[in-house]
Amino acid sequence: MKISRTLLASILAASMALGGCAMDEKDDDTYQVVMVTDTGGINDQSFNQTSWKGLQDFHNKNGAIVRYLESKQASDFTTNLDRATDTYPDIVWGIGFSLADSLLQVAAMNPDINFAIVDQAFDETPQNVTGVVFKAEESSFLVGYIAGLSTKTDKVGYVGAMKTFVNDQFEYGFLAGVAYAAAELGKEIEVQEQFTESYSDVAKAKGIANKMFANGCDIVFHSAGGAGFGVIESAKENNQFAIGVDTDQSYLAPDNVLTSGLKNVDVAVESISDMDRQGEEIGGKTFSYGLKENGVGIPENNPNMDPEVYKKAMAIQDQIINGELVIPSTEETYNEFITNVIQK
Amino acid sequence: MLNTITLIIGITMMYATPMAFAALGGVISELSGVTNIGMEGMMTIGAFVGASVGYFSGNPWLGVICAGLSGGALALFHAIASIEFHADQTVSGVALNLIGPAVALFLCRQAFDGSAVTQPVENKLPKLFGPNPDGILGNLNVDMMVVIALILVLIAWFILYHTKWGLRIRAVGENPAAADTLGVNVKLVRYICVILSGFLAGMGGAAVTLSIVAQFSQTSIAGQGYMALAAVIFGRWLPHGAYLACLLFGFAQALTVVLGGGAVAIPTQIIAMLPYLMTILILVLFVGKSNAPKADGVPYIKGRR
Repeated sequence: MKISRTLLASILAASMALGGCAMDEKDDDTYQVVMVTDTGGINDQSFNQTSWKGLQDFHNKNGAIVRYLESKQASDFTTNLDRATDTYPDIVWGIGFSLADSLLQVAAMNPDINFAIVDQAFDETPQNVTGVVFKAEESSFLVGYIAGLSTKTDKVGYVGAMKTFVNDQFEYGFLAGVAYAAAELGKEIEVQEQFTESYSDVAKAKGIANKMFANGCDIVFHSAGGAGFGVIESAKENNQFAIGVDTDQSYLAPDNVLTSGLKNVDVAVESISDMDRQGEEIGGKTFSYGLKENGVGIPENNPNMDPEVYKKAMAIQDQIINGELVIPSTEETYNEFITNVIQK
Repeated sequence: MLNTITLIIGITMMYATPMAFAALGGVISELSGVTNIGMEGMMTIGAFVGASVGYFSGNPWLGVICAGLSGGALALFHAIASIEFHADQTVSGVALNLIGPAVALFLCRQAFDGSAVTQPVENKLPKLFGPNPDGILGNLNVDMMVVIALILVLIAWFILYHTKWGLRIRAVGENPAAADTLGVNVKLVRYICVILSGFLAGMGGAAVTLSIVAQFSQTSIAGQGYMALAAVIFGRWLPHGAYLACLLFGFAQALTVVLGGGAVAIPTQIIAMLPYLMTILILVLFVGKSNAPKADGVPYIKGRR
């Protein structure tokens, strides 16, 4: 009994000492970034993967130490963010709005470390937290414009997930883009819209897309997350076109994805980290990434798109970048856009 | 109009089929006296195995078979726990629902480079009328799995109610002691039925990842297993009853698809509630006393009354 107690005590002492060592290890010369993933895994073909790519680019440019912690489930968020601070990194990234609450909590406990989060703007941003959002309406406008120019049936579809503030950006950006193309071509283009009310129900999304194609649409854009797989599958089976979202989704159906509205999370992660590295004050702010910052866009290679259409889309992109064209992201601004821009 | 009707039929069938496989499995397992609420877990593992075998082998049918086998393997745990060790079958079923998605995700990360999404399969399961038929057939061009589900329901109904094998299964589920005294091997019958239910649920999972879409992701199976469980009870433990219940769920979803998108002036959130409202309404109005197998969920211990 006595022996085991001594043993236990010495193990405890040793583990404390070792733990202490790990905490003190901080190389002050090298900039250090840690990112904590959402639950999709590091190779999720989506934000986690692109964020990690951004950090690897960052490492290749300036030799910063970059590493990631994977969250297997939502309950890992706080633990992982907390673990991320163990090595005193310069900045900790949370990938995705689902980490928002955990990030605020851990940031409050570690006032000396900077935190940044993708796809989240806080009402009140703490001094050591940075929010990053994307102007999805700008990329959605581009794909809407492309859809408007490419449709042969003068009918296109839009499948959203749920009516939320973020989803409005996609919806009204897309609608404005289609309207802009229609005005340019001097014709009417009908947009059929429907919501899945779910981010996961592939069968419902596929059913909705099937309906749209049966009703004469030949291009359908989606912003329905995982449920959107159903839209792309429907395009494949009906031999029509889908437009992907967030990442280049053409790998899912190489012949049936017209283009994708991208969120270049890697660009944002890399450039914010770099600002912080160079000593710029980034805390307490929300950064917004649009076409100008290359935070959103469309892929360069679109084998299914007419090169003429791509050229025109790039001309529009330039107009958006230099501010000639302001893209609506809400119902109100969309209506203004229609009266002020389209009807003139 | 015709377009809308065929569209509703097509979506109903698409939606109902994965659930129908699992529900059929549930019926068989419960008729033999073993409650099986682990369908969701078995579907998830089947969905993953189906998609990944389909991806690596290029043969979707091999994917379906392996999906069934993986579902059956998971069901074997349930069988051992509940038949051999008389464990609480609800607890064991819940465990399956937790283990299934976790194992699927773990294997997915192993096989696909840390990704929680598999790559899309090259060849999906074929369609009834081949690829891209014209006109009216387009909407009715259901997956082969729809046809297979229908055939399996007929076979199950015939075996369960018109053969001595079916009689034995039902006897074991109603009164295992009586069946035992007449020389029926209660344990064996239950083992076979539980494993078969896992096999069917696994196929149901593959019906999602090899015909509705072409890849597995964490959200591929999102509640279909639980809907199947409801269909078993709703369908009064009859194979054709459970199938009709699945069709009803599918029909409700098809209505939300067809009525949504501004076709009628009802907010889309309200329309999305339709399947659930319909289910509750029909349960209250039309389904009377449910007649579960008497020994459903009761472990059989030889010599104990």
